[in-house]
Amino acid sequence: MVSLVIVSHSEKIAKGIKELALQMAPDVKIEIAGGTGDGRIGTDCLNIMNAINNAYSDDGVLILFDLGSALMNSEMALDFMENIDKSKVKIAKCAIVEGAIAGAVEASIGKTIDEILEALESYRINK
Amino acid sequence: MSLNGQQIKQIIFKIAQMIDENKMYLTELDAAIGDGDHGINMSKGFQAVIDKIKDDNGDNIGDMLKKVSMALIANVGGASGPLYGTAFMKAGMWVGNRREISIEDYYNMLLEALNGIKARGRASIGEKTMVDSLEPAINELKVSIDNKFNELECLEKMVNSAKLGMENTKNIVATKGRASYLGERSIGHLDPGAVSCYLILKTIFEEVKKIKG
Repeated sequence: MVSLVIVSHSEKIAKGIKELALQMAPDVKIEIAGGTGDGRIGTDCLNIMNAINNAYSDDGVLILFDLGSALMNSEMALDFMENIDKSKVKIAKCAIVEGAIAGAVEASIGKTIDEILEALESYRINK
Repeated sequence: MSLNGQQIKQIIFKIAQMIDENKMYLTELDAAIGDGDHGINMSKGFQAVIDKIKDDNGDNIGDMLKKVSMALIANVGGASGPLYGTAFMKAGMWVGNRREISIEDYYNMLLEALNGIKARGRASIGEKTMVDSLEPAINELKVSIDNKFNELECLEKMVNSAKLGMENTKNIVATKGRASYLGERSIGHLDPGAVSCYLILKTIFEEVKKIKG
């Protein structure tokens, strides 16, 4: 089953989105990387690497992010990771709340990562 | 110019000190159009840089710059972490195991840094970002080197160009970063990233002047 990683500037947002998504799809593995390592608002490349590692399986990992540096740090985290098959990790540029819920539901019914990305196209936003 | 690793290390220490002295100014600029954390984030990142390279003997400039990069990536928190982190990483990769750098090497390192920043942030000139001070500065540096100005003149012209580019961000509507949510309200404000980038280039010039002057 595809797993999700939620990357947000705020730990509370990341936790809240995870909670919402699990309500719809309780069996999906969702890891979060919210805020910086020392509890500030922001994103943290190392937190994101840990979240991807914890979420990783050969079925794939879908990353959802909130704002600017969350994307840059997610891409940078992937650049640094050498112990996983990066082709199985995808970043969705969609509205994070809707994307997490729809993504989790799609994952829970056994969709592949590419099918999930396709389904999330309707929630795509410019970011 | 020919700077060795120890001299580059001293310049980086000066940059860290300058960032710390300007952290409230940068944060105030960022509070006007962004999330108000640029100065504090940068200061935190550069304090981590000092910790990371204080025992480095400077023999391998590339390795030292990669340490700078990792400290910024791991400690900044805002967008400037991955951006400045990428800049130092790319510069470090270009310089490799050279034991000293010339003005031409410095140009090439800056160019690599700029290309890294533009790729990481998907940014181009005119979007009210650090690219608006860095890119004109690098272009001016190239022209000055080609025109055979002496090294300090080249660096001074680079800094002047960065300053103009930085001041011009006041006239730009932000389309990148947090300020992009403000649209026209971002006009009239300097971009904090363009300012920190200008201040870093200025510090490099001033320190090289001290070393060579």
